[in-house]
Amino acid sequence: MSLQATTSQTVGPYLHLGLSWLNTDEIAPPGMAGRRVRISGRIIDGEGALVPDAMLEIWQADHRGRFAHPEDARAGEVEPGFRGFGRVPTDAEGAFRFQTIKPGRVPGPGGGWQAPHLLVSIFARGLLKHLVSRLYFPDEPDNASDPILALVDPERRDTLIARAAGDELLEWDIVLQGPRETVFFEF
Amino acid sequence: MPELAGYRRPFWGTQPEYLHSTYVSTRIRSPSRPLVLIPQTLSELTGPVFGQDGIGRNDDDLTRQHDGAPLGERMIVHGRVLDENARPVARTLVELWQANAAGRYHHQRDQHDAPLDPNFSGCGRMLTDEAGRYRFVTVKPGAYPWRNHHNAWRPAHLHFSLFGPAFMTRLVTQMYFPGDPLLPYDPIFNCTADEKARNRLISQFDWEVTMPEHALGYRFDIVLHGRNATPMES
Ligand SMILES: [Fe+3]
Repeated sequence: MSLQATTSQTVGPYLHLGLSWLNTDEIAPPGMAGRRVRISGRIIDGEGALVPDAMLEIWQADHRGRFAHPEDARAGEVEPGFRGFGRVPTDAEGAFRFQTIKPGRVPGPGGGWQAPHLLVSIFARGLLKHLVSRLYFPDEPDNASDPILALVDPERRDTLIARAAGDELLEWDIVLQGPRETVFFEF
Repeated sequence: MPELAGYRRPFWGTQPEYLHSTYVSTRIRSPSRPLVLIPQTLSELTGPVFGQDGIGRNDDDLTRQHDGAPLGERMIVHGRVLDENARPVARTLVELWQANAAGRYHHQRDQHDAPLDPNFSGCGRMLTDEAGRYRFVTVKPGAYPWRNHHNAWRPAHLHFSLFGPAFMTRLVTQMYFPGDPLLPYDPIFNCTADEKARNRLISQFDWEVTMPEHALGYRFDIVLHGRNATPMES
């Protein structure tokens, strides 16, 4: 028997009503191993306006690149207490911020490796399906050989790489539409 | 690491495009460049796993979250969460939010001139059981106006959010009611090209789940992306 996946619909303007119970700005609780980073940014629409009614979901591996999920053969070795999921709203100024640890390298297709990255989903009114992007880390030598970045037009790759903005602080804006549009993925 | 079976890509026309210009906010929020197609890696084939933590006793009964009973037509909404191979998705998180019976959300941004109900918050959550079943008790939400176009009203709907087993299976959708006269006028309901896919968002009245003297039953099954039979090429 074969079914078709249910049609996606927008979260609408009142998403926080049902979803904010899982909000957290600490993806990796204090004390988790790995280099701590604070990440902040804004979501910007096609007219340059900030998007105050959006939500991000983040998914990442631990500091050694292991996912807290049974599909990862090394899931049993994930640091205890590490889940790697976060849900973060944008505020009235369209800004978001969260803290986490930089994940390790993650297995890639064909036995290779992916550079450290976070998966980021964007939900908002006006998005009939959520958008999916990735955040990569600046000054990361593995970016040069990352198999996913390699699929992105070189001129647009920098939209996926956060900017260092001070001590352990990274900035990463998400532009939904326009000349500086962030790269979004499908699978 | 062994190669992992990937998830199926959406069937033609069964998912909306980002730009659906009759839904006005998509015009400035939809990407203008084509999405970049990438292989499904371990990052996408894993995803958050949730347990009972944070889920309260009355989180599946929206009529019992306050001292009094909410106003409106009491209803039971239930169904199964399946994958595209018709296998149940067990122990997955289902989140629900909705307007009250008068069509007003318990949300500070909702300024619709309809009464708030002090006995109704309009949100719920639960995990599916081993057979992928979920069940909420709530009240039927009212239609509400929005400013998308002249005289725009959203048909009555429930918002659902599901995770499934992987990042790839994340789904947010809306459930509608059979016979709603507003459906043909709603650009959100009509955003999907395939008519059958669209109509699967309409729940079915379920007489067998309807409880005498108590609540009407509606059934809404939800299908998440399923895996291909064979491992992906890499
Ligand atoms: Fe709504």
